[in-house]
Amino acid sequence: MKLTPFIVGALTIALASSASAETLTIATVNNGDMVRMQALSPAFTKATGIDLNWVVLEENTLRQNVTTDIATNGGQYDVMTIGTYEAPIWAKQDWLVPLDGLSADAAYDVNDILPAIRGGLSVDGKLYAAPFYGESSMVMYRKDLMEKAGLTMPDAPTWEFIGKAARAMTDRANDINGICLRGKAGWGENMAFLTAMSNSFGARWFDESWKPQFDQPEWKATLDTYLGLMTDAGPAGASSNGFNENLTLFQQGKCGMWIDATVAASFVIGKDSTVADKVGFALAPDNGLGKRGNWLWAWSLAIPKSSQHAEAAEKFINWATNKDYLATVASSEGWANVPPGTRTSLYANADYQAAAPFAKMTLDSINAADPTHPTVKPVPYVGVQFVAIPEFAGIATNVGQLFSAALAGQMSADDALKQAQDSTTRDMTRAGYIK
Amino acid sequence: MARNVSTQAKVGFTIGAWVIALLLFSPILWTILTAFKTEGEAIANPPTFLPQHFTLENFGAVQDRSDYIKHVTNSILVSVGSTLLGLIIGIPAAWSMAFAPTKRTKDILMWMLSTKMMPAVGVLIPIYLIFRDLRLLDTVHGLTIIMTLINLPIIIWMLYTYFKEIPVDILEAARMDGAELWNEIVHVLVPMAVPGIASTLLLNVILAWNESFWTITLTSGRAGTLTAFISSFSSPQGLFLAKLSAASLLAIAPILLLGWFSQKQLVRGLTFGAVK
Amino acid sequence: MATAQTRTLARTMMLPAVVLLFIWMIVPLVMTLWFSFQNYSLINPMMTGFAGWANYIYVIGDPSFTQSLVNTLILVLGVLIITVVGGTFLALLLDQPVWGQGILRILVISPFFVMPPVAALIWKNGFMHADYGLLAHLWRFFGAKPIDWFAQYPLFSVIIIVAWQWLPFAALILLTALQSLSEEQREAAEMDGANAINRFWYIIMPHMARAVTIVILIQTIFLLGIFAEIRVTTGGGPGYASTNIAFLVFRTGILSNDIGAGSAGGVVAVIIANIVAIFLMRAVGKNLDA
Repeated sequence: MKLTPFIVGALTIALASSASAETLTIATVNNGDMVRMQALSPAFTKATGIDLNWVVLEENTLRQNVTTDIATNGGQYDVMTIGTYEAPIWAKQDWLVPLDGLSADAAYDVNDILPAIRGGLSVDGKLYAAPFYGESSMVMYRKDLMEKAGLTMPDAPTWEFIGKAARAMTDRANDINGICLRGKAGWGENMAFLTAMSNSFGARWFDESWKPQFDQPEWKATLDTYLGLMTDAGPAGASSNGFNENLTLFQQGKCGMWIDATVAASFVIGKDSTVADKVGFALAPDNGLGKRGNWLWAWSLAIPKSSQHAEAAEKFINWATNKDYLATVASSEGWANVPPGTRTSLYANADYQAAAPFAKMTLDSINAADPTHPTVKPVPYVGVQFVAIPEFAGIATNVGQLFSAALAGQMSADDALKQAQDSTTRDMTRAGYIK
Repeated sequence: MARNVSTQAKVGFTIGAWVIALLLFSPILWTILTAFKTEGEAIANPPTFLPQHFTLENFGAVQDRSDYIKHVTNSILVSVGSTLLGLIIGIPAAWSMAFAPTKRTKDILMWMLSTKMMPAVGVLIPIYLIFRDLRLLDTVHGLTIIMTLINLPIIIWMLYTYFKEIPVDILEAARMDGAELWNEIVHVLVPMAVPGIASTLLLNVILAWNESFWTITLTSGRAGTLTAFISSFSSPQGLFLAKLSAASLLAIAPILLLGWFSQKQLVRGLTFGAVK
Repeated sequence: MATAQTRTLARTMMLPAVVLLFIWMIVPLVMTLWFSFQNYSLINPMMTGFAGWANYIYVIGDPSFTQSLVNTLILVLGVLIITVVGGTFLALLLDQPVWGQGILRILVISPFFVMPPVAALIWKNGFMHADYGLLAHLWRFFGAKPIDWFAQYPLFSVIIIVAWQWLPFAALILLTALQSLSEEQREAAEMDGANAINRFWYIIMPHMARAVTIVILIQTIFLLGIFAEIRVTTGGGPGYASTNIAFLVFRTGILSNDIGAGSAGGVVAVIIANIVAIFLMRAVGKNLDA
């Protein structure tokens, strides 16, 4: 059997093709803005001679792969797409290369990055990840349905108003749900929304001594309000709806209101939307306690310490996050489609303001989020819709499962809260926060 | 088989069989149809059966984002490579089990099968660390090794059950020393066992092609197979069902076609000793 | 029959396979055992040192541990029942002379060629989606309220998807067995005046028993580790409704980046798999004697 030569030959070919000039391996999420970056990247290769090897994965798979790689010093990637949750934690572990070159580059103008976002990506004043796009959350609503219900959306609504409007707009016979909210379990899915919402209800994840607070009335009020809204005015199958599912529903005209990431704005008025000309925007709701239910997040590019091509990687990050990149996207896709939420200059740009009716509301929302003082009561942590400790992702995923089960009607709100309290206490004890 | 069945019965069986077959096939059929619809039509209510605006734009969009050829090549290299490697190691082993069995043979076979019961998620970190240190991360040969080891028990078992059915007397005559033993395997046993080997080969190519845990976690771009390809199309932002269907179709098409064309060979040896 | 020399040769030829599989088994297993007694968190390098039984206590104390055991069992048994019963039925049907047998076989066998993540995505988005899935359209057509499959019947939905993938495999093996039943045996039975049901019970069933055990053995090996389908569709939820042992290990080890606890979970999973294996081997071993 002469099979061995064949295998050796095949493997040699496979190997040969991977060992040539300088090549960067870039791991990113399959979101629209990143896919566009990938499509535009040949220009970068042409200008610098640096080849790019793209790994575009679904968000959860990407997170798992980059976390495994960076924690084991695997060295598979040169540029990683991470969020405001990972950046400071990983920087403190000394896993990331500080982006000093960017900070020193006058043309890059690091001071132009929105302060709230830049702060979230820096440790001890050093920038460790460059924001690709930033977001907060806000209310997107259908002006026509609001009018039909005889109501007017204020710029800064309360939860009470949202509840009233959602129920008034619901028209199940015509397949219109008053409100669409995230229900799919995950720390970056339903828990991002619910944690931000709970802030406006005066709730918090932990008290000053890291004791979980799910047994407190504020969390009960949050969950009851959420479940009540979704039961009375939410879509069917809400417990499996994440950002994308709700986006589809809204674009199909099946939601009266949707509270979610500000980046959704360009999609709901974009070409895939059947309701593009009927959408209004408002700040995320509050409850009169001084905090709004809006979060702060930035998908950002960072260089792991294990990369052999840190210098080239920084060049790429510079290309993908500088002002010229925004102009490039604007010239091919229009100003409304540039990656939002990272630069002050973008919001001062008259062309952008004209093309993006959501610009002001996005900026106001981002500025309204305060990661260092996210809650009404004092807390020992930073982060609006997350708690910036390494264990949070695991803990919140468990809690997210429980709240998702409550939404699916598989357990009561009280049971979900009780189990969330137990599970979080268990994990925090294990991690050594609770002595 | 020429059994006498009334035409009435044949009509009945035909209808029944077709209804069930189409039901089983419907998820794939629906995916094929959706792949040629526009995104809007894909989720329209009420749905359309045939694409109203037949379009190839989904395939274009998929190819723009992911290098299909690269992923397909990797899938082929890994699945075929690991199967051939598995056969090279497996045929001698299966031979000795079938023709020179000891009282421990069956225990060894069962032990081999039991190595497949280790949950992949539980050993991810050990394997990842080993791969890192051996510089096997994101390499086609690294994946090929893993795939060989995963499927080796199945290969040996299939071959073993097939070899056992070959009458020993035919082989006995040629059995003399080492060199002739090898000759015997190559010139007598293998030709006789071609159907069994072919079907082992096919089944293992399919199993390796469809493996989705290691192929995603141990690669990053260069060695990514079609399972990594599909992961970049699951739940992105915006409407995606038509594009997802197109990507799914591209991912399963090669193996589906292989399976269809080689269906007879696959089935012939797919007995695992179920037939005596 | 075999000479001493061939016996030695035979051992030598078996050696590569045995050695490779032994390494493949023992190295990760030892490393996993080692990690399972260590404090080892991927994202918290501060957690180090010997952990004693803490990881095991943590995993077994997981609120979803018992449920995931039960779910694993339901998942395996559910799929086995559907595929064996459905597969027998399909095999009997495909064994009949029907028009278009070639194409029929191709249609029936196709699901087996679909990779698990694609199968899960197809079912999740194209079929079971509560809004635009084909089943939702079908329910609405008959005036019913569409079912939200993954919220209302999460484990059942996963079983359906997995069973769909494995049904062709079962059917094919059973069909091969069925067709090996010699014509004389059948004709003899028909001559004796046995009716279809009796023929099935007394001639066909005993003949198929061996094939059924083999289907059970092979599928169990694959079904114990079902993971991709759960991850893509339900993510183990809602709550823990569709969390099996493999997913529990994934959640503690990978999602929470707690390698110590994940390894302990892996060891527990291996023990469970071995219990099942011993049980299976006992049952199947007898049937495998030839």
